[in-house]
Amino acid sequence: MADDIREQQLAAQASGGGIAPAQIIEETPTAVLAGKAAKVGVWRRFGQLLRRSPKLAIGLVMVVAIVLFTVVVPFFTASPFALDNASLLKPGEDGHLLGTTQLGADVLAQLAHGGRGSLMIGLTAGAITVVLSVFFGVVGGYLGGWTDEILFLISSVILVIPGLPLMIVISSYIPGRSIWLIAMILGVTSWAGSAIVLRSQARSLRNRDYVAAARVAGESPWRIIFVEIIPNLLPLAAAQFLFAVVAAILGEAGLSFLGLGPTGSVTWGTMLNDAQQGAALTRGAWWWFIPPGILIALLGGALSLVNFSIDEIINPKLRTGSAQAKSVREARRKHKESRRAAKSARAEQKKVTS
Amino acid sequence: MNPPVAAQGSHRADGAVRAAEPVLTARNVSIDYEVEPAVHAVRDVSLTLHRGEILGLAGESGCGKTTLAYGINQLLRPPAALKAGTVTFHDHDGTDIDLGGLHGESLRAFRWDKISMVFQGAMNSLNPVISIRAQLFDVFTTHRPGMSKKEKEERSQELLRKVGVDPNRLDSFAHQLSGGMRQRVMIAMALALNPQVMIMDEPTTALDVVVQRGILREIMRLREEFNFAVIFITHDLPLLLEISDRIAVMLQGEIVELDTAENIYENAQHPYTQRLLSSFPSLTGERGSFIRTGEGA
Amino acid sequence: MASLEVKHLVKDFRLQGGRGKRFRAVDDVSFTLEPGKTIALVGESGSGKSTIARMIAKLETPSSGEILLDGKVSATRGRGLASYRHDVQMVFQDPFASLNPFHTIQHHLERPLRLHGRVKGQVEADAEVERLLERVSLTPASGYARRSPHELSGGQRQRVAIARALAPGARFLVADEPVSMLDVSIRLSVLNLLARLQREDNLGVLYITHDLATARHFSDEIIVLFKGKIVERGPADDVIMNPQHEYTKLLLSAAPNPENHGRLRAEVLAEMSLGPQDAGRDRFGTRGM
Repeated sequence: MADDIREQQLAAQASGGGIAPAQIIEETPTAVLAGKAAKVGVWRRFGQLLRRSPKLAIGLVMVVAIVLFTVVVPFFTASPFALDNASLLKPGEDGHLLGTTQLGADVLAQLAHGGRGSLMIGLTAGAITVVLSVFFGVVGGYLGGWTDEILFLISSVILVIPGLPLMIVISSYIPGRSIWLIAMILGVTSWAGSAIVLRSQARSLRNRDYVAAARVAGESPWRIIFVEIIPNLLPLAAAQFLFAVVAAILGEAGLSFLGLGPTGSVTWGTMLNDAQQGAALTRGAWWWFIPPGILIALLGGALSLVNFSIDEIINPKLRTGSAQAKSVREARRKHKESRRAAKSARAEQKKVTS
Repeated sequence: MNPPVAAQGSHRADGAVRAAEPVLTARNVSIDYEVEPAVHAVRDVSLTLHRGEILGLAGESGCGKTTLAYGINQLLRPPAALKAGTVTFHDHDGTDIDLGGLHGESLRAFRWDKISMVFQGAMNSLNPVISIRAQLFDVFTTHRPGMSKKEKEERSQELLRKVGVDPNRLDSFAHQLSGGMRQRVMIAMALALNPQVMIMDEPTTALDVVVQRGILREIMRLREEFNFAVIFITHDLPLLLEISDRIAVMLQGEIVELDTAENIYENAQHPYTQRLLSSFPSLTGERGSFIRTGEGA
Repeated sequence: MASLEVKHLVKDFRLQGGRGKRFRAVDDVSFTLEPGKTIALVGESGSGKSTIARMIAKLETPSSGEILLDGKVSATRGRGLASYRHDVQMVFQDPFASLNPFHTIQHHLERPLRLHGRVKGQVEADAEVERLLERVSLTPASGYARRSPHELSGGQRQRVAIARALAPGARFLVADEPVSMLDVSIRLSVLNLLARLQREDNLGVLYITHDLATARHFSDEIIVLFKGKIVERGPADDVIMNPQHEYTKLLLSAAPNPENHGRLRAEVLAEMSLGPQDAGRDRFGTRGM
């Protein structure tokens, strides 16, 4: 099982001739807070994380704001399906903060309820993607052999099938489509890329010494996959999840825009579809299609920002540039300040004594 | 190009270090890592390197030996910075050069020409996508723009021969060479401009002991031929005891002991040096602190 | 009769690039490990010593040959394998890589305890984990149990690795270069620890290393490997002080020895006075010595 990779290493060693592994591990503990035995609280660490990474802070704030919007605002608006015949296609006014659609539905209500729809689809599809990609990727990557060959083959085939046309074909077959069905279609068509990424990570992890140590201790393969390998893949899986959510939200918007989205529900995508069918652009009804468009973009952008910051957290090497320069600036500034303080203290003293 | 000065060897055949002229003087060098809180990697270190001498710099990880080497060579990058001290190079034509005063062009001209360095993990420092020849030629193109292609070819072949590598390997790429050979190529590159000082940071650490012995032999031979001084940095104290003229032991940024190899071996003064010595059980002699049947762990 | 015996072990690897070309990493190796004794497997990289360790730890399957525990052929799966693992454990070379950065020390020690039925219930598990930590001189034990690997130094991590190997109640320990990645001043204390534990538990230890000096002082018998074959074996002192095989002599003369101060220089000067020569490659693939 480990033979194929091991043999490469050995062959390299044999021909490399004369390389003994001998880097010395530093004796001092690598954790910066090693001296203090107490564990820093989870919230404090989170706060430190936010301060260190503005991307994470901005992204999270935006995501939380949008989520709150979709959760709270629907309680204060009318139903998105309620039609107010008195005001058709009117921009923002009393009673309709963001105006109305051509059928008289409140845009704000649609935006808030639609946000729920889009988010649910996004999260569900993301979850489905992650579960499938972890199964196909990690299980195959760790076990190797025939299991891996078969799972990898399936992943590769699915990967190559174009996603959007497949979604269109499936969607067009089914007349009555719920949000969950759309989420499932989105999830099932987009897990393959993630699976391949997770597979290569799992393949590299399975050669780590701590996995070998777990095997020597007698752990079963399934326990190793779930307890030893997957926890170390969590940052990567989280990033893949966020990618999947963004892709699903955009995918749903695309499907809905083509009229193949969820029937009977409101999402940002269906709003865009309605707006296009109602010729909102030519009629200048910007309050109808711009808000959902902006929100899709903002949510996608915010989730991507969070994703990038996860990258930097996992891989400290990506941080070095700005963080290092920043810490040097900090240290120099403090040094200058202390020197200035000492100077003025001396000047004060002189004044006193003179 | 400087002709080899082998004929004017400045030490006697019995290996004793004569009061030879100094080639590099470091005085009160302090290097800090400017982070919060500041790390004093090198504290007030002074040492003198003599022409043709092998000076061993011994210590464990984190003692500052690599930082000191980088500092001498003006290779420090933020957050590391030289906070105090001077490093002076005494050229063989008599002039003294303050390394701290070199910047930009003058620094580039100085580097590799007067002082060169073989880095830790040097085996992986070769560019994997260009041939050995191209890399050697790069050195000449940068520092000796007047050299013709024929001259570069001759010199490159000569260099490889000098370090014990078949000149036909000039066409090879890094991955086609064994670890030992790659290390020899790195030494050839460091030797290319006949520097007067070579700083070697753990040059043989990742190599098998047999290959290591071959490389050390090569370094010794080259030193006899070209009379350059060597600062040999490693944690392998028995190795230094065998090949160095003098040894400086570093602990937490300071030099705690600096003496000839024989004195350190027979009569180490500082407790840390003694502890370091006892960590290496003698191959053919006593067990030292190694207790197989006793207590204490 | 308690013993761990390795009989005519062979391991071939298939090489990529050469159609079906095989690379023989281990070539007919046999030896017997007895309780309370240490055998040192000495060799350079490519000698096959790590492959032998992995085969004994059942991380690789031998191409041919047998591994016998207490005289019986050892199993490769199922309950037989579990029982084998109860008796035979391994300490890895890299103290950082051998501990999962995601889990606490408690986890690392508790898992083997539970897997081999050494404890029942959380209270017993905690007590046993503390006892193990105390045995490897990591006190206060409760403080260490809570920590994650990155909070410990290299030497401490290696002690945890040793504790983990002892947790199932092993009788035989394979130590694959246990100190070569540790700081110099820490190495001896970890080796002394292994020696003490061996005495206390009457362990049979297979000490794999490229360092002849510690091999000599730490083991009873030395086996010298070259390109997968045993070239010399014997009592430690004999092999070091009176080597028979050329390769052993080569290794010994290559090892740094402060007693030889100045000798290399004298040799080099003598060589140079003979004029330029083209020293041929000897059969060990070095360019003269």
